[in-house]
Amino acid sequence: MYVAVKGGEAAILATHDLVAEARRGNEAVPELAVAQIREQMGLACARVMNEGSLYDPDLAALALKQSQGDAIEAAFLMRAYRTTLPRFGSSEPVDTAKMAIRRRVSATFKDLPGGQVLGPTYDYTHRLFDFALMDEASAPAAPNGARPSAQPLDASMPRVPDILGAEGLMEPETPPEGDPRPFDLTREPVSFPADRDVRLQAMARGDEGFMLGLGYSVQRGYGHSHPFVGEVRVGEVSVEFVPEELGFAVDLGEITLTECQMVNQFAGSKDVPPQFTRGYGLCFGHSERKAMSMSLVDRALKARDFGEATEYPAQQDEFVLYHSDNVEAAGFVEHLKLPHYVDFQGELELIRRIRKEREERLARETQALPEAAE
Amino acid sequence: MQVTISPGFSDPVFQSQAAFRALLNALAEPGLVQQVAPGFAAPEGLEPATAIALLTLADYETPIWLPPALRDGPAGAWLRFHCGAALVDEPAQASFAVIDGMTSSPLLADFNPGTDQFPDRSTTVLVQCAALGGGDSVTLSGPGIAGSREIAPTGLRPGFWAELTENAELYPLGIDVILSHGEAVIGLPRSTQIVETR
Amino acid sequence: MTIHQSIPGEDAKPAYNYAYLDEQTKRMIRRALLKAVAVPGYQVPFGSREMPLARGWGTGGIQITAAIIGPDDKLKVIDQGADDTTNAVSIRRFFERTADATTTEATEEATIIQTRHRIPEAPLTTGQIMVYQVPQPEPLRKLEPRELETRKMHAWAEYGLMQVKLYENIARFGEVTTTYDYPVSVNGRYVMAPSPIPKFDNPKMHMSPALQLFGAGREKRIYAVPPHTSVKSLDFDDHPFRIQSWTEPCGLCGAKDSYLDEVVLDDLGNRMFVCSDSHHCETRRDQGHRGPMLGDASTLHLVDEAKS
Repeated sequence: MYVAVKGGEAAILATHDLVAEARRGNEAVPELAVAQIREQMGLACARVMNEGSLYDPDLAALALKQSQGDAIEAAFLMRAYRTTLPRFGSSEPVDTAKMAIRRRVSATFKDLPGGQVLGPTYDYTHRLFDFALMDEASAPAAPNGARPSAQPLDASMPRVPDILGAEGLMEPETPPEGDPRPFDLTREPVSFPADRDVRLQAMARGDEGFMLGLGYSVQRGYGHSHPFVGEVRVGEVSVEFVPEELGFAVDLGEITLTECQMVNQFAGSKDVPPQFTRGYGLCFGHSERKAMSMSLVDRALKARDFGEATEYPAQQDEFVLYHSDNVEAAGFVEHLKLPHYVDFQGELELIRRIRKEREERLARETQALPEAAE
Repeated sequence: MQVTISPGFSDPVFQSQAAFRALLNALAEPGLVQQVAPGFAAPEGLEPATAIALLTLADYETPIWLPPALRDGPAGAWLRFHCGAALVDEPAQASFAVIDGMTSSPLLADFNPGTDQFPDRSTTVLVQCAALGGGDSVTLSGPGIAGSREIAPTGLRPGFWAELTENAELYPLGIDVILSHGEAVIGLPRSTQIVETR
Repeated sequence: MTIHQSIPGEDAKPAYNYAYLDEQTKRMIRRALLKAVAVPGYQVPFGSREMPLARGWGTGGIQITAAIIGPDDKLKVIDQGADDTTNAVSIRRFFERTADATTTEATEEATIIQTRHRIPEAPLTTGQIMVYQVPQPEPLRKLEPRELETRKMHAWAEYGLMQVKLYENIARFGEVTTTYDYPVSVNGRYVMAPSPIPKFDNPKMHMSPALQLFGAGREKRIYAVPPHTSVKSLDFDDHPFRIQSWTEPCGLCGAKDSYLDEVVLDDLGNRMFVCSDSHHCETRRDQGHRGPMLGDASTLHLVDEAKS
């Protein structure tokens, strides 16, 4: 009696061992602590929190450790965990006007209340290797002796679009009628055209690289916008929650956010006087590039609302929303390595038969025209 | 007035799973009697099968329409408590509805038949009747039925089958009906044709 | 150190619910399934959850199975027709772990069969549920990428574009060149993607006594074909639908009427054909059927000669 050879289960278990080994690398090198990743790979953690839709720097660090630094795999771990968490409710809206600012820059005004605060940025670093970092117990935390805490920041840092708004020059942002509870795209299927709450949510968890490319495409002419960075701000805001049984807000703690408001030109219409329009981006952690990209695409996606043509990818909500989710995209691209031999056999059978029939037909035609060339 | 709320599932995971499979079979094979609620004690006004079906399927995302007498009595309180479902006044707003087979209103056409792009957004109507057999025979055909199938429920208002025929004509729109009595149900989705009534 | 722990329930219950999904999610999926059954072939949008397996790797089918499975069920999982393909093994393990599922490889014993790309060769029976993993639920997607438009086409049963595409195929190649995921019309109303099963399997869907459920996790759609429902492969009077056929039988069991996989034996062009339905092939061999290459197959490590 013959039985089919079955190696699937053993092979799968072996891959688990092999990937654990690969993750650990050379055991002569000390194991990374999650706290080290959290403290020293903060920007990577922020990306994982954004794309994993879960604010938890410890888990983001663990995800990066477990995934050997693969940001998409790490985001996937975050999401698969997030979906199992019980929900207690929604927080109160956070107020970014009350953010404890660490960085705030505006490209539209030379100076403004609260001033320009450069904060921690790579913007003006020269991209030269700091070989001193090769040595573990080396560099002082602040080599240039800066002591940011020595200069208390201005308590009042109005958001730039609010300043323009006071003059009536900025497109107002009003909640939809009745101020409904925002859509939750992790719980409900999206239908199109998608409203702005859905678009912003999708972009906030969208792949940073994809959002960057789309935002860039808008700037290069695949879209009609003339953006200025009204403001980028990074800092801490407090999150408040109103428990049903208490009826008043309780402070749950602080989260770090990056907010970008892009100011764009808009000619106005018969009904609306000329005013600037807004592109908005909000991300977990210090994630400037992502927030800026998001705000470019947010403005591009408003094209339909302003009666503009929607001919380019960044202006089409279906295109942006369906393709920005990197966990979905990675899953589907990578599923191509699953066996497809049943389908492929169908194709093989077809192409062989069509070729055979073609050869037979050509042979018949040649016979039907004997010595035509002579 | 103090309202005592009777218990829901004693084993939510497995009771609802078993009940769901019976309901799935009911709509997949219209006309076949399916047992959904062995030994379940329902609040006053709800057949045990109706109560189990709602407990299995309804929650805060699915508004329920109940006849006013049920809504304001123990049944309404029970559904609010166990399902967290909103009880609505307008039949057309309901995801689920319970009606008595003999009362003349609301009509089946008063419930939501869905839209042409989203025919799934229609009401599922649980029709509580006097018995699932013993009445005049009705012949059904359509998906889920090999050839044709006869049912003979009791306690349905005159014109009920004409209403169901009209509903089937809306296909792919239309409401889906579940006849309920005691611990059992019969499914009559919109895809089912009423071939003959006697 | 991290302070995170999985949240323990009362008296240290496992952190995950039976069959992984929470009860609210199961209710949502169950409601979608009932509407799917009531409107055969129509794609019901559902709130597809993030799953611990990758999107595109069967999360739609897994969510359906998780929403329907119970302690009385026997689950069979196949990929490419075989029980031992890696992803089938992985999904079967998932349900053994999360739902303590009783599993089987025997088609006739199974109450739920989750599949990718095949319908078993053995006829399905009343009471069985097929759960198909669907990568792209929209049969019109390759003709019209926008969901906004395809939804209208289904709403108004405007399927002319599909007919045109199939006919262009015939004009160019003399036949419809779609070999898998061949579009079908369900209950005479909705055009439906049967998932990437070979068109060889399409006729098995028509009037099947089994309930057929389809889950597309990434695309967030559920659809269904109830038992005894018309499922017609789209075709033309002058070019009727036809299925694949092979000139040789299965090399292991000699079957002449099953779907065959091609196994390349060397780099000299030698190959053999074997049943894609591994259980079907084994059953036939147990019954004494022998294919022309069964003797060679053990040296090729395709089968082992059992010690008994």
